[in-house]
Amino acid sequence: MAKKTTKKTAARTPGKKFSKKAPSSRNVKTGDAAKATPRVRSKSAADRDVRTSEAIGTLAESVVKSALSGREPKVEVPTRSANNTKWNKSRGILQMGSAVQERQLFNMGQARKFMQTLLHGQGIRRLIEQDKTLSLRGMFYSGLHTIQGTKEKTFDDQTESDAILEDLEVTLGSLREELHIFAKKRGTMVGNITVIDSGDEIDCRRMGTGGYAIPSICEPDVIQFEKVEADFVLHVEKDTVWQRFNEDKFWKTHNCILTEGSGQPPRGVRRLLHRLNKEHGLPIICLLDCDPWGHYIYSVIKQGSISLAFESERLAIPDAKFLGIRSKDYEACELSDDVQIELNDRDIARAKQIMAYPWFDGHRGWKNEIEKMLRNGFKMEVESLITKDISYVTETYVPERLAAEDWLV
Amino acid sequence: MAKTTERRKQTAETMAGRQREISVSEFFAKNRHLLGFDNPRKALLTTVKEAVDNALDACEEAGILPDITVELEELAPPLSASKSGRYRVTITDNGPGIVRRQVENIFGKLLYGSKFHRLKMSRGQQGIGISAAGMYGLMTTGKPMVITTRPNKKKPAHHIELAMDTSKNQPEVTVDIETDDFPETTTGTGTRVAIELEARYQRGKASVDTYLEQTAIANPHASITFIPPRRAGSPAEDPASEMLAAIEDAAEGPPDLSEHTIVDGRILMPRTIDELPPETQEIKPHPYGVELGNFLRMLKSTDEKQLTGFFKNEFCRVTPPIVKRITDAASTKGSTFSGQTWLKSLSASDSERLYRAMQEVKLLNPPTDCLSPIGVRQMLAGLMKGVRGEFYAASTRPAAVYRGNPFQIEAAIAFGGDLPGDQPARVLRFANRVPLLYQQSACSAFKSVTETAWKNYGLSQPRGGAPVGPLVIAIHMASVWVPFTSESKEAIADYDEIRKEMKLALQECGRKLGIYLRRRQRMRRDAEKRDVFERYIGEIAKACHAITGTDAAELYESLMRQAQRRTEIADAVLDEDGKIVGYQNERNGLEKDEGVVILDRSATPSASTAAAAPQPAADGADEPVETPVVTERPKKKILKKVKKKVRKKAGAAKGDDSLFGA
Repeated sequence: MAKKTTKKTAARTPGKKFSKKAPSSRNVKTGDAAKATPRVRSKSAADRDVRTSEAIGTLAESVVKSALSGREPKVEVPTRSANNTKWNKSRGILQMGSAVQERQLFNMGQARKFMQTLLHGQGIRRLIEQDKTLSLRGMFYSGLHTIQGTKEKTFDDQTESDAILEDLEVTLGSLREELHIFAKKRGTMVGNITVIDSGDEIDCRRMGTGGYAIPSICEPDVIQFEKVEADFVLHVEKDTVWQRFNEDKFWKTHNCILTEGSGQPPRGVRRLLHRLNKEHGLPIICLLDCDPWGHYIYSVIKQGSISLAFESERLAIPDAKFLGIRSKDYEACELSDDVQIELNDRDIARAKQIMAYPWFDGHRGWKNEIEKMLRNGFKMEVESLITKDISYVTETYVPERLAAEDWLV
Repeated sequence: MAKTTERRKQTAETMAGRQREISVSEFFAKNRHLLGFDNPRKALLTTVKEAVDNALDACEEAGILPDITVELEELAPPLSASKSGRYRVTITDNGPGIVRRQVENIFGKLLYGSKFHRLKMSRGQQGIGISAAGMYGLMTTGKPMVITTRPNKKKPAHHIELAMDTSKNQPEVTVDIETDDFPETTTGTGTRVAIELEARYQRGKASVDTYLEQTAIANPHASITFIPPRRAGSPAEDPASEMLAAIEDAAEGPPDLSEHTIVDGRILMPRTIDELPPETQEIKPHPYGVELGNFLRMLKSTDEKQLTGFFKNEFCRVTPPIVKRITDAASTKGSTFSGQTWLKSLSASDSERLYRAMQEVKLLNPPTDCLSPIGVRQMLAGLMKGVRGEFYAASTRPAAVYRGNPFQIEAAIAFGGDLPGDQPARVLRFANRVPLLYQQSACSAFKSVTETAWKNYGLSQPRGGAPVGPLVIAIHMASVWVPFTSESKEAIADYDEIRKEMKLALQECGRKLGIYLRRRQRMRRDAEKRDVFERYIGEIAKACHAITGTDAAELYESLMRQAQRRTEIADAVLDEDGKIVGYQNERNGLEKDEGVVILDRSATPSASTAAAAPQPAADGADEPVETPVVTERPKKKILKKVKKKVRKKAGAAKGDDSLFGA
């Protein structure tokens, strides 16, 4: 079981980000360190609730304090942007930088967000007090009302609400589940593993055609693994491909776990893969489309995403492997012209953008891969292999590549 | 060749047989367009204009506050929209009247008058106008001009009917009786002129209505009554005239500037200032404005014997020391001059040398007491009466000189309010208080408008055009001699000096407008900002209360105070340069400027415009009517506050008696 080795991160982990001037009674450092580990083992859920609740209290206190003393209330929100994402080369993960953005009440562009931040802060406090959880959509509704005396709503749509909740995560230094919020579940799993989900034993070998729906929260206090008999995890991009593999019982023939993330995998899926990799040493092998989006899905699984850089340590899998589809496969598998999907301007721009990310830049293999795709001038989906034979992908393509260990790392 | 020689049969002798003097009247009878009688519609306007100008001039010279009535009667309606009908124009004033023996000369002779030979600011200049109108009437209808004048209130009025012999430029009196049929005037004296002519009455742009309205703007001391024609026969009985009315309505130009009191078919444009413009002085020519030929003529006709006396009495601004400078400069080795040089000893070349020296020597500008500008306050009063804007600014330039003639430019602008925002600005041009309605693009005043960079003041302006926006621009030129481009006095000639002054005056108004607009924008922006902050403060206070238990009301109050402090520009008062000079509702910056009036019309529902229009009181005092401020959302205290402040300013201007007369 690969346990996390270091807790001292060079880059800033999410912490208390609001007004630096406000006296900090809360020991932020301890919180940070605790968070970097699968904290549930060390801290009870009740402890976390108290901590989160206090963090919200401190946030509101600082606003009150500034307001009453005639200073401008502000909240410092760590910046979740590419600029503030640091590539930790030695650890192979993306981390959040130390930049913070001041969110001010008396700023035309920020006043509304400021209000929403406090509104959701209040909502989360209520959730914690009542010990209930809500979905992101539920939170949107919980904070939604019309501002008195106007026709303006507190939130126009869920996107607005979701962004504020992510801001709160980094501002409070609490993870989503610590805020008692979960996302819509997405992603499926089958294979040689048994999981205990909130005490229910689920044998993933007996999931029929549907598979086990991976929950949005995959923390150890919710999900525990039992009888991990698989040798590796094959993660595919989408449900259609996953169905192909499940129908062909690929996981049985190759003794693996089969997961899919419906495109960009949600946090739950990533956390699950991370834990399988760290706790059980299972290699994660990805089968994704040969296009910039497939490449970026791999990148997110491997080193974390920009918007969730603060969670990379518990989500990223630096040794994840990219099996295909590779740009060379058009020739290597002797595919017909019909499978070519021409790269459009957006694809090309995105590919170049990805190539310029520091975690791709300087990686010879990946540079060649993307350059070859650009030279080809087309992209390919995993499904393109179906043109060879319905089960070509499960019976020939993947087994051959696995045997040859022909993947990109 | 042979043919050509044959054709050239004329000899000097035979040609001489046909060469004869052309009378001015004959010339103008053939060239009526030169005098503004090009078409029936314009003929009507020109006739009214000449008569009103004369009446105002006469009243002012006699020190009488003018009371003028203009009546149009439609004797025969036009048969179609483009044809002319027959009208009678009757203009009655309360002026001093005209002594019997001068009536023929004044009304029956072209180029006869008191105004041509002197340098004094007056409306009429050449002595053509009214006689030309009479001549036009005679030519088109055969009816003589009817003049009723009463120079002595104790004696009956003269009733004179006057025709004109165009070939001789001589008046012919057809009827000359004494009559008691003369309307009561305030002075007991007065003159009434009635001219029957082929014309067409149509409202709208460049109409008699517009002319009278603009005259009222430029002459706030005059009371003008206009009786527009009643249609012959009621519309129900006369489908033709009904049709005609419909056509005419459709052809109507932009809506009239103002809404005046209409009583019993009479449009009343009351006096707003009970004070005559200061009497203007007649001045002697300034040396710079005299041409050599004139100078020689003056040398011949003067009664003076020596140079000092000649210069001193025939010119202005030439003092004995200056005479010495002129004579010194003109002196050469061969001949020397001094103030004592006898005029009769001067040769032609001597005179020319003196003339050149006179042009070279540095002189003071001509005196300016010969000018009577309308005045900033009066311009504002006039504009506010006629134009429903929200911001008014006016400026008067110091007197300047072109070709030795002193002149003075005034400009005023009205902005916003009910003015249409998507059209080019309207330019009202005035020369010696007379509105100019035709040939706008040929006029120096209009050119100065197009040449002013209005973009600097926050307005859009197409290249080479007038600015676009809810703007009315008024430009007045006061001068002892207004250089018109033609005898019909429609456009001011384009002298660089004049245009420069006009531009400077416009720029001054524009700067004030720019400040106002920028401030308005900033205030709006800050008010909007405050509005946004306020909206969220309530939510924030509630959320903070729920989390920390802090008193929500206290939190709300302190955040509100902060919001107000941070958006204080919404209450700000700016100075001329747009700097903030205070936050109180004090009269400051723009508002201190007597050339600026700001009214708050922003909240006036346009439907109530007519009802809220300034209704002049009977005593002639006009006040900007303060319109009720209606705020849609009673929550918005701030916006209300801004408005209240602006209103207060408008109120301050309103309370200023001198602006509107006693």
